[in-house]
Amino acid sequence: MSTQDTSALRERLADQFKSFVDPAFVLAEESERKPYECDGLAAYRHLPLIVVLPETIDDVQKIMRICHAEQVPVVARGAGTGLSGGALPLENGVLLSLARFNQILDIDKPNLCATVQPGVRNLAISEAAKPFGLYYAPDPSSQIACSIGGNVAENAGGVHCLKYGLTVNNLLSVTIVTAEGELVTLGSGGLDAEGFDLLALITGSEGMLGIVVEITVKLLPIQERAQVVMAAFDHVETAGQAVADLIAEGILPAGLEMMDQPSLQAAEDFVHAGYPVEAAAILLCEVDGDNEEVSEEIARVRQRLTDSGATEVRTAKDDNERARFWAGRKAAFPAVGRISPDYYCMDGTIPRKHLPYILREINRLGEVYGLRAANVFHAGDGNLHPLILYNGNEPGEIERAEAFGGKILEACVEVGGSITGEHGVGLEKINQMCAQFPPEEITLFHAVKAAFDQQGLLNPGKAIPTLNRCAEFGAMHISQGDMRFPHLERF
Amino acid sequence: MSDNTQQLIDQVQSAHTNNSTLKIVGGNSKDFLQACTANDTLEMTSHAGVVNYEPTELVLTARAGTPIVEIEKLLADNGQYLSFEPPHFSENTTIGGAVASGMGGPRRPWGGAPRDVLLGCRLLTGTGDVMRFGGEVMKNVAGYDVSRLMAGAQGSLGVLLEVSLKVLPAPSKTITLTQNLSETEAHQTMRELAAKPIPLSGVCFANGQLYIRLSGAHASVNAWSKKIGGERLAENNTFWERLRDHQLDFFDRSQPVWRISLPPAAPSLACADSTLIDWAGGQRWIISNAAPEQIKAEALNLKGHAKQFYGNALPEPWAMSSQVALGPIQKRLKETFDPKRIFNPGTHANL
Repeated sequence: MSTQDTSALRERLADQFKSFVDPAFVLAEESERKPYECDGLAAYRHLPLIVVLPETIDDVQKIMRICHAEQVPVVARGAGTGLSGGALPLENGVLLSLARFNQILDIDKPNLCATVQPGVRNLAISEAAKPFGLYYAPDPSSQIACSIGGNVAENAGGVHCLKYGLTVNNLLSVTIVTAEGELVTLGSGGLDAEGFDLLALITGSEGMLGIVVEITVKLLPIQERAQVVMAAFDHVETAGQAVADLIAEGILPAGLEMMDQPSLQAAEDFVHAGYPVEAAAILLCEVDGDNEEVSEEIARVRQRLTDSGATEVRTAKDDNERARFWAGRKAAFPAVGRISPDYYCMDGTIPRKHLPYILREINRLGEVYGLRAANVFHAGDGNLHPLILYNGNEPGEIERAEAFGGKILEACVEVGGSITGEHGVGLEKINQMCAQFPPEEITLFHAVKAAFDQQGLLNPGKAIPTLNRCAEFGAMHISQGDMRFPHLERF
Repeated sequence: MSDNTQQLIDQVQSAHTNNSTLKIVGGNSKDFLQACTANDTLEMTSHAGVVNYEPTELVLTARAGTPIVEIEKLLADNGQYLSFEPPHFSENTTIGGAVASGMGGPRRPWGGAPRDVLLGCRLLTGTGDVMRFGGEVMKNVAGYDVSRLMAGAQGSLGVLLEVSLKVLPAPSKTITLTQNLSETEAHQTMRELAAKPIPLSGVCFANGQLYIRLSGAHASVNAWSKKIGGERLAENNTFWERLRDHQLDFFDRSQPVWRISLPPAAPSLACADSTLIDWAGGQRWIISNAAPEQIKAEALNLKGHAKQFYGNALPEPWAMSSQVALGPIQKRLKETFDPKRIFNPGTHANL
């Protein structure tokens, strides 16, 4: 499209949008569009054609009908904290921000659920439910800022998902506007709905199947008590075996996290969590429940970890120490950011038993590429975050980091894992999709999208690669100066 | 205990070529719910066996024709269980049928449904292609979650060849308390219990009794059972199994028995002659002689849905969503996975 045509289209869309959206929320000037040029993956930037911030569901339907008629693609955006470029705008497309959909519509105590708009922050739901003795379980680390609509788009997890499940396990219904501007509800007021489970299908679909405009989430009763144990190990393998031993013992921790030496050293230097810095790895194991249950379980956890070869086992003596133990873990990313000019965060998942192999493989690959990695690991559910340390100012290091990261993800796929556990494919990992899925399955994914969005107008080009771009590589690079929302905890 | 994949592929490809249709049959224990009109059957029970199970990974992968009783025995030997408590309508019930039906047992509100524990599957599509979705890992957001879409799809989107399920450590202690209450009192009590951090694993009102099942750590179960109070049900009482498998007297096959899925605090249904409340209110079983349209309208009005299970001459097809805009989307999904509509014709209405 020529520059002239682009300007004409922008003007035409702006005029139409302004007929029902407050003109202050239709952003057509370059300076107004600039803040929307990237999400949490700041390495990729596109200036959107136009930005619109609708206020009502009816507005969203009208916008989609206009875009459908004009054949203009649309990218929906929540809080913009995503780490894979899922909300990266398109230069020829509308950026539809749901930031004004920020109301908690109902806390329904009798039915243990909350109905919220998609722009509501994850943590705000639990805060609103607290007076009723309830909370929303999935707790991605960016929960103070990330929006629940984005959580649905990414099927967000959190530290507690081994026990309490992912977003998909904690939804009752989602109302979407389709590519054609129709309003439909997936799910029901009960625990199941008639027909196919489209609620499960849309969860984690990265804005490719519909625009989420209303969400009903399950609320759980707040547990009486939570307690965390920290255990130190002098070999990473021993720590990995201890995780398997805990599970074999019949213990289902509410959270189970591992950090290797470089990560825990960096975290200790950064937040002084009280970690034993001489350890090769530490485990953090949290149990929750009522008072009696937690006491019983903590005793079992301590015994098991000791028997499994922990060199030190420490129970947080109070809420302060518990918060400190977690603070170190939650600050691992920025802590690693302090010891290296740049780092590149991976998000692979593996069957847990392959952890020692993958860690050895990361070390081996590190030597091949001449780069180091620090590892943090959601040990309970096999989600590994290797942080590749590099210096973007050194010629060739970015490329080496990218290649290193790609090899790690391929190694995860080889042992039966996945290229992304919780950050999503977005644009970042679109090429690694080809390592995980053969062409027939990728073709089927495109057909699933077309079932919802025949013209391919919703977030096109993300999450599912076209078959002929499978050879390229993309990556998430975070320079200290570049990282958006650096104050957010990320893990 | 064998891998019958090739024979199944051959049969599907042959049906695809010859424009014939197939009814996917596992243990045939849910035949009373299938309005399928296919000309031939695709027999799944010979495609059986646990493919992979390592207790410390909390994942079990089995071929679809594996009997549930066999899987539950294997898990129990390792101190684990299927948290969704699948119904055993007969001892031949298979894991593939359990997942395809989407049904969860009395533990459903706390332990989830097949959709919640299904991590991955191998799927035989209507073109005879074998595809793999999801995997054996707990978290996986690469690509659309096609495997969960298969849970509850009643085989209309393809043949589940293998399923990978998240399994969990079995609770170390379970007890059941009963209280003599009216339906209204019982409903109110169950909602109060559900709002507290109690290790509940079943809450049901049947025949003038509220049944409260607690499962978890010894200390916790004992402490809560004292706080809640009521008669302790004998450990050899099989109430929960009979509820799960519809063997209680309430599920009289000669009566019109309906399942209503509702918000758990929704009021009693006006059209019910008698009611059994399960899932702490979220699943009502009613006997009703009202017109089917009236029962469905009342359920819809309460933000739920209704389906007749027993007492009808012929099984009623499973309903698809009645929202107009979803109609074409559901049809296009069907055509994506099964373009010639080979699988389970008639199982779903308006598909």
